[in-house]
Amino acid sequence: MTPLDTPRPAETIAPSQQRWQTLLIRPEIMTFLLLVIGIFAGSLLSPFFLDVNYILKSFTLYSELAIVALILTMVIIAGEIDLSPAANMALSACLFAWAQASGIPMPVAIGIGLAAGLAMGALNAWMVISLQLPSIIVTIGTLTLYRGLAQVIAGDKSIRVPDWFIGVDKIMLAGVPLPVVMFVVLALVLAVVLGGTIFGRQIYQIGTNEVAARHAGIRSARIKFSLFLLIGVVAAIAGILTASRLGSVRYDLALGGELQMVLMAMLGGTYIFGGRGTILGTFLAAWLLVIVSTGMIVANVLPAVQLVVLGGLLIVAIIATNLIYSRTQR
Amino acid sequence: MTLLRSILLRREAGIAVMIVLFCLAVGAVKPQFLTFDQLRIILLLTPLIMIGAMGQMLVIVARHVDLSIGSMLGVSAMVSGMLYRYVEVMPWWAGIPISIAVGATLGLGNGLLITLFRLPAIIVTLGTLSLYRGLTFIISNAKQIDRQYIPSELKALSQTSPIMGIPWIIFIAFGVAILTYVFAMHTRVGRQVFALGSNPVAAPLRGIKVTQVTLLVFAISGALSGLAGILYASRWGFVNPSNTGSGFEFQVIAAVVIGGASINGGVGTVLGTVLGVLLLGCVAAALPLLGIPGTSQAAIYGAVILIALLIDRSVRRQGIVSLKRAGA
Amino acid sequence: MADALPLISARGIGKQFATVEVLRDVDLDLMPGEIHALLGENGAGKSTFAKILAGVHRPTRGSITLNGRPVEVTSPIAAQKLGITLIHQEPISFPDLSVAENLVLGKADDGWFSRMPWAKMTREAKALMDLLGVKIDVTRPMRGLSIADQQMVEIARALASDSRLIIMDEPTAPLTPREVETLFGIARRLRDEGRTIVFISHRLEEVRALCDRVTIFRDGNKIATDAIGNLSDADIIRLMIGRPFKEYMHKARAEIGTVALKAERLTVPGLFQDISFEVRKGEIVGLGGLVGAGRTDVARALFGVAPAQSGTLWVDGVAVSIKDPSEAIALGLAFVPEDRAVAGIFRSLSVEENITAAVPRQIAPAGFIRRAIERAMANDSVRRLSIRLASLRQPIGELSGGNQQKAILARWLLTDPSVLILDEPTRGIDIGVKAEFYDMIGELAASGRAILLISSELPELLALCDRVLVMSEGRLTADIPRAEATQESIMNAAVPRRVAFEGVAA
Repeated sequence: MTPLDTPRPAETIAPSQQRWQTLLIRPEIMTFLLLVIGIFAGSLLSPFFLDVNYILKSFTLYSELAIVALILTMVIIAGEIDLSPAANMALSACLFAWAQASGIPMPVAIGIGLAAGLAMGALNAWMVISLQLPSIIVTIGTLTLYRGLAQVIAGDKSIRVPDWFIGVDKIMLAGVPLPVVMFVVLALVLAVVLGGTIFGRQIYQIGTNEVAARHAGIRSARIKFSLFLLIGVVAAIAGILTASRLGSVRYDLALGGELQMVLMAMLGGTYIFGGRGTILGTFLAAWLLVIVSTGMIVANVLPAVQLVVLGGLLIVAIIATNLIYSRTQR
Repeated sequence: MTLLRSILLRREAGIAVMIVLFCLAVGAVKPQFLTFDQLRIILLLTPLIMIGAMGQMLVIVARHVDLSIGSMLGVSAMVSGMLYRYVEVMPWWAGIPISIAVGATLGLGNGLLITLFRLPAIIVTLGTLSLYRGLTFIISNAKQIDRQYIPSELKALSQTSPIMGIPWIIFIAFGVAILTYVFAMHTRVGRQVFALGSNPVAAPLRGIKVTQVTLLVFAISGALSGLAGILYASRWGFVNPSNTGSGFEFQVIAAVVIGGASINGGVGTVLGTVLGVLLLGCVAAALPLLGIPGTSQAAIYGAVILIALLIDRSVRRQGIVSLKRAGA
Repeated sequence: MADALPLISARGIGKQFATVEVLRDVDLDLMPGEIHALLGENGAGKSTFAKILAGVHRPTRGSITLNGRPVEVTSPIAAQKLGITLIHQEPISFPDLSVAENLVLGKADDGWFSRMPWAKMTREAKALMDLLGVKIDVTRPMRGLSIADQQMVEIARALASDSRLIIMDEPTAPLTPREVETLFGIARRLRDEGRTIVFISHRLEEVRALCDRVTIFRDGNKIATDAIGNLSDADIIRLMIGRPFKEYMHKARAEIGTVALKAERLTVPGLFQDISFEVRKGEIVGLGGLVGAGRTDVARALFGVAPAQSGTLWVDGVAVSIKDPSEAIALGLAFVPEDRAVAGIFRSLSVEENITAAVPRQIAPAGFIRRAIERAMANDSVRRLSIRLASLRQPIGELSGGNQQKAILARWLLTDPSVLILDEPTRGIDIGVKAEFYDMIGELAASGRAILLISSELPELLALCDRVLVMSEGRLTADIPRAEATQESIMNAAVPRRVAFEGVAA
């Protein structure tokens, strides 16, 4: 009746996956490789691709979406999703444009736009967090609502902004367009926040296991609420930036933008179920998307085909990300 | 609990009451809203959404979402449209089976991506929403199929029929609803769809072939989108690569959610979905009468989805509470 | 009877999960027309063996014969076809479908589009329910049925497919005594019909009341099989544990101080009522009771996860209101939850991050994480609790269950709590590690902390606690000092006094 004499393997040190494997097989590496391939392929299509200025200029077309995509990454890591930011951009921009076109001084008009963005974020936050409704359906509802309200305000018309306000993308800082600078700076800041602060750490924890996070004393409701508010405000800023770039505002500003934002996040290796993802990944993915989109334009690819490519890319991105994460899954 | 009370506590009764109240309210301001002619207009607004909603209801019951139905509608309509235009010998009715087949294939594509790679339906269909819409452009070379190429017999389906002058298209829509009811309530696989949504973990343990049932559900959603596509051509008389089916998914999801289907799966009735569609139809018909510009439709649909979610949540909590009190 | 053919014969059954051997060379015969108990501690292998019979797992070695013919039970559905059904403790069902549908689903091999025979289904379902003597409306959805009723439905399903072997895995844990009696009545009836019931449990009184024969597992081996009448409780316990019972009764005596936590008339309607108790510094207070008695709910209320609706709480003599776990932590409370996979670990995050999860202000005083501080704290914890791992940076999911639990305990120790609530802290943990935990708990008390220990393992409560509180059906039924605490006295209080438990051994 002696207990087993054979050792119990279950209690010995669990062998961890090879260190180098976990370091290298990461979605960000995949994104980086695709980016390099993309630049290479692009340069074959046209010599412009190796011209840094050309790339930077192309990026300005997507810079607003990219900025929002950075925040969206954090929202997805926290285990939620927000499909409404593009519609938010449109509505904030429409309110801003309408306000200043009605004679309201510019700073106040901007304030109105920002407040609108905040309110939209708050509505999402309230329904998802206070009422505990699934974020996917709520933000589908709010995206329809916000886009629709933009339509109500602007109708089919374009609202112009004053000439002095146009051309934020023409302002250069050390040869780099201002929106791109904003994107890079924001990415740096958020990378530090997400990777080095307790706020960022808790976002990962909430996304990995919200119940455990609550039990550990992490205020998950508060953190998620603030993320929804943040993306609301940033979307408004992005909307106003777009107004400056385009020179006028229509209800269909950033129409379909939600797809591109989600695409940037997914291509960057953000795990749709939460708990994993990086700012670096989304940062690289934004450039990748610009390369792909610009490449298609240069290659005279039809807009329709571009849509196909983007949709296909999204699907490929999530398949690849899922596969990578499931291999490192326990 | 008396029979009357148990009927009244059901979600469908609530929607019916909302429809009646809404119509009375609008009718008070604009009496012409309460005429048979108006009923005809309302019904004519709904058949496409009705058909799409049946498919989406099954998808939502199975605990998924299909955001690509509008694009699938577009592709299938365009394929038939192109065939009508360039194939001289194409019979007027051939578009119907062709569109359904195209839709089913696209839906199957969605299903394969979801089951083979274990991906969330919402993101996959967000991708195919673009992908399929792009396909529409490619097939048609970005050009619209104009009125003269759509067979008039097809268009006639939406205009009239020997039965009280009610267009065939309305019968088709209700026919689809009845078929969906039979499928959902009286076939084994239909019940398996409900079981799958109710407890996806238990389903394989109880012998349900999860992959096959999921593929079926998405194929049905696609097929019905295809039917809606050819009927779009019938109703509007043209097919346009960017407009046809655009925004369809939101109207359909709104109707299904209002109709009481639960996002968590396992719960949903055909009657509720039909009533949801009708309610949306009444709202859509009331807007021009009340002088609200068509541009607000989207906003209203969005608001409707959100309100339906709110109602859904409070009803569920109440339902549980009343079950507890009844000693269940 | 002695030369009757066994229904099921298992020979040389072995099962290995990755590198862990959980079953070793098990030989067992199950006869038709008997109720056979499988006894053993957590991890002894009884559940795994039953799951192999039921097709949930495939054996790594060994063979099974059914009625003399060798069979391979490849899946739960194959098992059902062979006439073997497993009734889970928490039955799986489709909550939105009706009872009648749940009975039928997956059974028929009819084509996809064949008609659902609603009328026939309802009739047959009702007949089955009547057979079991259970009053359940078969047309209502499964959602909202009590666990006892859900079990009845599972049994009805087993009958519907004419199962000859019905395995019940710890079925009585969530049941009231009346429901237990109903279940036993049905089990006896099924046995008299010639079926075989396998009853997995750790509750000796029930086993003695119900079963004909008993098989005892320990550490993956089958130790003994015998008629229940031939074994005394002491015999059984000795066979289960493998060493004399007394060895676990070591306890460091701590100095008991002032009241650290006081609860008065805590109530959450439907879960628990009028719970009042005190825990002093240096004291280990046990909280025993059947599963479903409401103990975890009380813990969750104390910690602010699901606060009580009425009643008051005092921490260190000060009246407080705790609405959120962060408030509880600030007051010096700590809570190690029951199910670490669900409420404890961040599976894919590193061990380090898991350990420091509850002390953000210590590792990030200005908001920025100071890695060096974090590393030092984590290393210190690993050393103190002897956590075995390859690297602090490896995902915690790679650690064994015992080491994961140690990491969670480490997390809470870092908060330097004055009150520590432990909910089934040694569940699913190897015996050797359990002893380590017992030592740690004793030391924690000795250092002046107040400990509330929720446990379903009677030996654990008896070994560690200064007092044992017992809850039953949402109420506190006993407060037993160490000197008077026995398995019987705890069990008696756990089971409502109104209903005498039939056939309890003296």
